[in-house]
Amino acid sequence: MQSSDVALDTMPKLLARNVAEFGDSPAFREKDLGIWQTWTWKEASAEVMKLAKGLIEIGVSEGDHIAVIGRNRPHLYWSLLAAQHLGAVPVPLYQDAVADEMEYILTHCNAAYAIVGDQEQVDKIQDLSSKLTNLKDIVYVDPKGLRKYDKAHLHSYESILEAGDKSGDKVQKELQTRLDKVNGQSTCVLIYTSGTTGKSKGVVQTHGAIIGASMSANEHDGWTKDDYLLSYLPMAWVGDYMISVGQGMAAGACINCPEGADTFQVDLREVGPTFFLGPPPLWERIKTSVYIRIEDAASIKRKAFNYFMKHADKVGRDILERKPVSFIDRLIYFAGDIIIYGPLKNMLGMSKVRIAYTAGEAISSELFDFYRSLGINLKQLYGQTEASVFLTMQNNNEVYADTVGKPINGVELKIADSGEVLYRSVGAFKEYYKNPKATRDTKDKDGWVATGDAGYIDEDTGQLRIIDRANSVGKLNNGSLFAPKYVENKLKFYPNILEAVLFGDGKENCVAFLNIDLTAVGNWAERNNISYSSYQELAANAEVGKILKEHVEAVNMDLAKDSSMSGCQIKRFLVLHKELDPDDGEITRTRKVKRSFVAEKYADLVSALYSDKVSIATKTEVTYEDGRKGYLEATVSCVDATLYQLQKQNENAA
Amino acid sequence: MSSEQKKVMMEVKNINLRFGGVIAIQDVSFDIQEGEIRAIIGPNGAGKSSMLNVINGFYHPQEGEIWFRGEKRPSMEPYEVAKTGIARTFQNIALFKGMTTIENVMTGRQLQMNKNFFWQLFRYGPAIEEEVMHRKRCEEIIDFLEINHIRKSPVGSLPYGLQKRVELARALAMEPDLLLLDEPMAGMNVEEKQDMSRFIIDVNEEFGTTIALIEHDMAVVMDLADRVVVLDYGKMLADGTPKEVQSNQAVIDAYLGVAH
Repeated sequence: MQSSDVALDTMPKLLARNVAEFGDSPAFREKDLGIWQTWTWKEASAEVMKLAKGLIEIGVSEGDHIAVIGRNRPHLYWSLLAAQHLGAVPVPLYQDAVADEMEYILTHCNAAYAIVGDQEQVDKIQDLSSKLTNLKDIVYVDPKGLRKYDKAHLHSYESILEAGDKSGDKVQKELQTRLDKVNGQSTCVLIYTSGTTGKSKGVVQTHGAIIGASMSANEHDGWTKDDYLLSYLPMAWVGDYMISVGQGMAAGACINCPEGADTFQVDLREVGPTFFLGPPPLWERIKTSVYIRIEDAASIKRKAFNYFMKHADKVGRDILERKPVSFIDRLIYFAGDIIIYGPLKNMLGMSKVRIAYTAGEAISSELFDFYRSLGINLKQLYGQTEASVFLTMQNNNEVYADTVGKPINGVELKIADSGEVLYRSVGAFKEYYKNPKATRDTKDKDGWVATGDAGYIDEDTGQLRIIDRANSVGKLNNGSLFAPKYVENKLKFYPNILEAVLFGDGKENCVAFLNIDLTAVGNWAERNNISYSSYQELAANAEVGKILKEHVEAVNMDLAKDSSMSGCQIKRFLVLHKELDPDDGEITRTRKVKRSFVAEKYADLVSALYSDKVSIATKTEVTYEDGRKGYLEATVSCVDATLYQLQKQNENAA
Repeated sequence: MSSEQKKVMMEVKNINLRFGGVIAIQDVSFDIQEGEIRAIIGPNGAGKSSMLNVINGFYHPQEGEIWFRGEKRPSMEPYEVAKTGIARTFQNIALFKGMTTIENVMTGRQLQMNKNFFWQLFRYGPAIEEEVMHRKRCEEIIDFLEINHIRKSPVGSLPYGLQKRVELARALAMEPDLLLLDEPMAGMNVEEKQDMSRFIIDVNEEFGTTIALIEHDMAVVMDLADRVVVLDYGKMLADGTPKEVQSNQAVIDAYLGVAH
């Protein structure tokens, strides 16, 4: 594979290589009508070619932007590939984006065509049609509910395939001419960032960058054509593009698409992937669900679980990392594997996982240890859309919860004087679409790209460590450091806390908003006979407030131990009456809090926290999924938390 | 929709239904046209469910006639009515609680399973072939109603809204020409109601199934139905398009009230 690397600089070339080398191996699978359907590389390639020719027939030109919107389905992955064969540029969009977001991206990229999953997406786009002047036609995969629609500019996916199949030599020739023009420098895909700060930006990635980064990552983890994965992350997220398309195509691995939006857990168990990437909240949720079930299990099962989990905690990581472990401990672990770990991993669909990653946010060391002690090789990586994701990845035996690994092949890192992490990489983006200023601000003439994250190289491990977004690190009035994400992450490590937002830049002290985790706190409420009918009611419960106060004070205690972070202790907090929601613009679709937006929207609550009010009545606008607005009224109580003195001083005094 | 001349699928004429001295339905007549969504509305005790039960063959009216596809229907039992292509769901969900979703939906195919009893007994040969065919149809319906994530969950453990959907799936599995829905959205929240409305419209459009439904939520009825019958104390108050019914003074007084 290595020898022919030079030639493999475009997606179409990779597809051709896969057909030639692994033609009869499974390439795509999707569960349909309850049965897993498989397409080999040969079959998938035939579909892509038909589709590409069909798209020529409806008038797709070179350089056209084609929006691709829908849940993960082979048909949409083929649409991405077909567009690339034509010299057109696919633009994947989040399927749950509300009308505003969709309008922004579709008008910004001037999409000429859209290939969508179902009626819901057709409706959304047609509602915007008066604003999308450049949009010509829409292609849909699932015909359900579209029978009575005007078909003038609406094509079924099947009809495109048919048109492609029937098209003659002329179209075939046209396809070949266009294909010959696609090279490593051609635009491969236009991916919009999640937009933590301000409007999202369109990141232009070339075939060469995507494939370069994918190959480096594959080399790091030894991917082969026998690997397979479940593609369940949003197609618009660069992570899914890199894994399902980039890494998958580069290795010739098999992509499995779930049956529907809610079947993830069942499908994961049936597929049993060898590679799994999940954001921290997902790992958290899986662990929480395991513990909730164990609490309900028979006493003997619970005791066995507790015993073996304790043992796994003691030696599991060492066994996974091939460190010396005594024979007796190995024997007990082996027994545990038969009785508990094995069945548990099987239940979670993780029996065959060879490599698992968490990325995007920090992860608690307990959570990390839980998976690693079970023998699941969970690691961390660090990256961003602009880098084709992969910058640093952890090696199998050098895994820590608070670092994100060393740079992989093709990546150079350096830390700027301001503390910001800079990189130069094979996967670095070409430019921001229609935004030369932002491109210049981010990427200098030598190719160094600013990540916007503050971090440093950890001396003990030699790995990169990320503290926060570079621009959200600030100062309190008394001059001490304000690193909100660091504190928020500490809070979020408690299963009861889903989200936390810290304020304090330029103030005397720090205050926080909290969101409770409805699953964890709801379960606790059930056990303690506390009745509630909604999130709002449970969040306002005084007992819940007490529990959260304990968590906040524990975090304060922890922060007090670290002299540089001691100033970030939380003086007062409140439990928000609604969950932060991407539909309301409070967090991004990748669940990153937009702090300044939240501060502005809930300005009354922030000022209440900085006053000595005990409670405050507030009214909040909420957006429903279909874009309608409503209001939520509530009285929110402010809770005081104890602050702790620097412990070292105490010791000195004693 | 109403512009084209529609064929009448079912006509009920001068139905009278009494339970002892209680008059449940009094001289009610209306028709159901092919391919339409027909709503029956009215306050509690107006006789809506009784009307469905009459169509369904569960109750036998003392007087009146039912014409189905241009023929006068003799007095029939529910299973006989089902064979003529009429399926229904119930106000209080009537599923097999201990069975899974797919098993419940498969029971809707029972009438179409007609291979030799002998083969079925041993579940062999033609019986397997037949089962595969029916399973495929059921899976299509499960996919259509988006309940694939609960395919193998026992229905007793499912939330109410999903149980309602499973019941609809079972009724659809019969591939009925006329589908009777008794309060398909009772007890649902706004979002579940929207989903259910969407499914009812999809069923009507995709499968061409004629639908007669009872519903309390006025907004839903006005959006969904092509024509509406209004009952009150067993008598018919009005019959017409949602708009006509909405502006009918008798209906406003009896049922909708001023606030609506």
